[in-house]
Amino acid sequence: MTNSVKELEDADLIFVIGSNMTEAHPVISYFVKRAKKKGATLIVNDPRRIDLCHWADRYVRIKSGSDIAYINGLINEIFKNGWADEEFLKEHTENPDEIREWVKDYPVEKASEICGVPVEEMKEVARLLGTAKSTSVCYTLGITEHICGTDNVKTLANLQMVLGNLGKHAAGLNPLRGQNNVQGACDMGALPNVFHCYQPVDDPKVIEKMEKDWGVTGLSNKPGYKMPTMVRKALEGGTKILYCLGDNAVQTEPHMAHTVKGLEALELLIVSDIFPNLTTELAHVVLPDYSWGEEEGTFSNTERRVQRVRGVLDPPGNAKPNWWVLQQLGKRLGYDLGFTSSEAIFEDMRRTATSYAGITYDRIEEIGLQWPCPTIEHPGTRYLHKDGNFTRGKGLFTHTDWIPPAELPDDEYPLILSTGRRLWHYHSSTQTRNSVGLENLFPEELIEIHPDDACRLNINHGDWVKAKSRRGEVTLRAWVTERSAPGLCWMAFHFAEACANVLTIDAFDPVTETAEYKVCAIKVEKVRDGEPLESELVRQARP
Amino acid sequence: MAGKFTLDGKTVAFREGQTVLEVAQENRVKIPSLCYHRKTGPAGRCRLCVVEVEGQRALVTACTAEARDGMVVRTDTERVIEARRMIVNLLLSNGEHSCLACEQNGACELQDAAYDLGIEAPAFLVSGAEITVDTSSEMITVDRRRCILCGRCVAACNNVVVNEVLGMGERSFESHIMFDMDRPMGRSTCVQCGECVQICPVGAIIDKKAVGKGRAKDLDKVNSTCPYCGVGCQMTLHVDRDANHIVRVTGREIEPNDGMLCVKGRYGFEFPSSDKRLTDPMIRKDGRLVPVSWDECLDYMANRIDKIVKEHGPDVFSAFGSGRITNENNYAISKFTRAVIKTNNVDHCART
Repeated sequence: MTNSVKELEDADLIFVIGSNMTEAHPVISYFVKRAKKKGATLIVNDPRRIDLCHWADRYVRIKSGSDIAYINGLINEIFKNGWADEEFLKEHTENPDEIREWVKDYPVEKASEICGVPVEEMKEVARLLGTAKSTSVCYTLGITEHICGTDNVKTLANLQMVLGNLGKHAAGLNPLRGQNNVQGACDMGALPNVFHCYQPVDDPKVIEKMEKDWGVTGLSNKPGYKMPTMVRKALEGGTKILYCLGDNAVQTEPHMAHTVKGLEALELLIVSDIFPNLTTELAHVVLPDYSWGEEEGTFSNTERRVQRVRGVLDPPGNAKPNWWVLQQLGKRLGYDLGFTSSEAIFEDMRRTATSYAGITYDRIEEIGLQWPCPTIEHPGTRYLHKDGNFTRGKGLFTHTDWIPPAELPDDEYPLILSTGRRLWHYHSSTQTRNSVGLENLFPEELIEIHPDDACRLNINHGDWVKAKSRRGEVTLRAWVTERSAPGLCWMAFHFAEACANVLTIDAFDPVTETAEYKVCAIKVEKVRDGEPLESELVRQARP
Repeated sequence: MAGKFTLDGKTVAFREGQTVLEVAQENRVKIPSLCYHRKTGPAGRCRLCVVEVEGQRALVTACTAEARDGMVVRTDTERVIEARRMIVNLLLSNGEHSCLACEQNGACELQDAAYDLGIEAPAFLVSGAEITVDTSSEMITVDRRRCILCGRCVAACNNVVVNEVLGMGERSFESHIMFDMDRPMGRSTCVQCGECVQICPVGAIIDKKAVGKGRAKDLDKVNSTCPYCGVGCQMTLHVDRDANHIVRVTGREIEPNDGMLCVKGRYGFEFPSSDKRLTDPMIRKDGRLVPVSWDECLDYMANRIDKIVKEHGPDVFSAFGSGRITNENNYAISKFTRAVIKTNNVDHCART
């Protein structure tokens, strides 16, 4: 997030796109709803009528995978009506005249045809955006999990730069990170192209600095493989060993059959986790890890705040933290990594850190600090790009063009499947299904389907159905609901026994290799009648 | 307008818009307040925060009285104490406020007020309609017998977390907290975030799973960060060290979450204590995973890695970090992959 969570409450307009925040980030949704109560305008853009729409001034139902056409259409309209922040464009961006030309390819009439939003509605949304004092854009995986995910994000960045909505309190571009420490995993260099704090592996100065600090020679300056490439390479023999920490890849990667084949081809699969899961089933070595609640350390949240987690419970049996295992393994392979405690590792990282250099366990004992925090005196950074000063100097607009999703419905597979998260569960649900009561609140996966489609297929609420894609099939019960648009079905991947990723497609964004979890083609067939579902589902889908 | 006034004989400063109660709290002058909470604001409902203001005939509620320059306020006169005593007695007269079986015993604002006012037993008892306990919700018990109708939970549900489920219904003895159109809590649109539990000053809305699991004073309180989504909510874990499990979780009133949590963060805490946990290192032997010692496991891994990497080069090694493990462990796998194996093939689930 360029802003802090708390700032959302002060925004004049909140533009939510591809984010089901009441379920995936409930606490952020509280701030957004509070902003609305205080008089902010809330626009929710989503293919599904999600719960947040209940509070929205405007719900815009866009077609799955049409974001670039929709947003470029809005930018076009903003320029046409003179709503762009010309001063910001002149002072803080490099190529404003280029984007003025690019978006001419997206007159609202054309954009409307692609995204399915009526022309008048697009014009009204553009007016609301164009005349708001400060707009915060919130997005999640609905934007990134497409083959054009990178361009989706860049298009939103274009929009916010055109409106001058960056580098200010309560105005910015706010991706809501999905997992407790997915921000931290990136910050710590669990990425193939950068060390911690995004220091590039192909920069000779960085390599020299790291070799000196770590006391090693021969660090590779060649960016490594991204996760989907690792799995693909396994099938070709290019990956032979995979060491996997806390990642149930079989259940969470797209196209499960492909993932299983890849992992089965490995010579050595090491999996460290807290519970047995679909991935440990394929492992050659399984390591019992410490759980949250047992280990000291830090997580970094979506607003870049580094915060402490603490060990309060004794771990079971012979469980050991990952760093201890890596330390022992390093020694056996001839290198002392110097890992003696979580704090010692943090200090090891900090010696060569940039944006984390001012953060210590002492400083975050009571309350976390937001990076960039380059020195021990630095108070942390509430919002990025203050006064329109970008890291690279001036903001650069990127030319983006709409492309259709990789797999569209056809006669054989006539429905779109989109995927996401449910309020009651998390990831592959090893945590939530092993906690008391959450499973009772949502005990089985359901496929959400619009009443028109259900009626055509003779499916009633609660009936057992088979959902099939070109990659696999799952049997589960149907939830007939107007949350879904006609032609659109929806599932989560929380339940191993009825997992969306059996169906999802392994088509990836070329830059990030993020998979298109949000669109694939399926067909749905009724298997047999089922008991009507309990009425409690109402709490997730208010009228 | 900012200014100064006299509070129990001392001169205190205030900022524009502050109430007498807020200024008193800042100056560590204790005024009991059951319906007021920083997050829900003044309600003027319970009237326990009454104070005497010079020149005003009636007592005024400190939570609604705006501080004015030059005012003279007393919080400790006999008249104030008598009024508070009467209010607490009235609150105690209705319902069942037995502390013996109450979850909040020792952490109850009504109990504290009674204690401070020297009330040992209710001065009188009033019998009204029978009051019920609603246990229909998975995570939350609503014990209306202990409810003092302060309205904090209603304000919190509507204005703090804005889930808009709770309301106050009926009148007089029939008054009660209700969910949607007076449905049982478990059948309502409640998402069980538990903000009402956290903000309830008494034992009327409580964490169902913590009932009977230990008094507040017997549990260790340790601060941590939520293990679920990326918001990073700050929480306090209430831990039974002897039993080695977490009994309940409360939100900390600091950034980013200001005390608020969701159903997973507040109630999804038992998984570390699950008996399904992995407890031993295991190696696959003849197709089956077999528990082994750490030494055997580490030797096996080191030998296999060494052999395969020597034969095919470092790039046949790949590692996944994780968005669910700590920064320290992500740095550890990054350093191991780069410094020990000498490849950059390390990634994690951020892209998927």
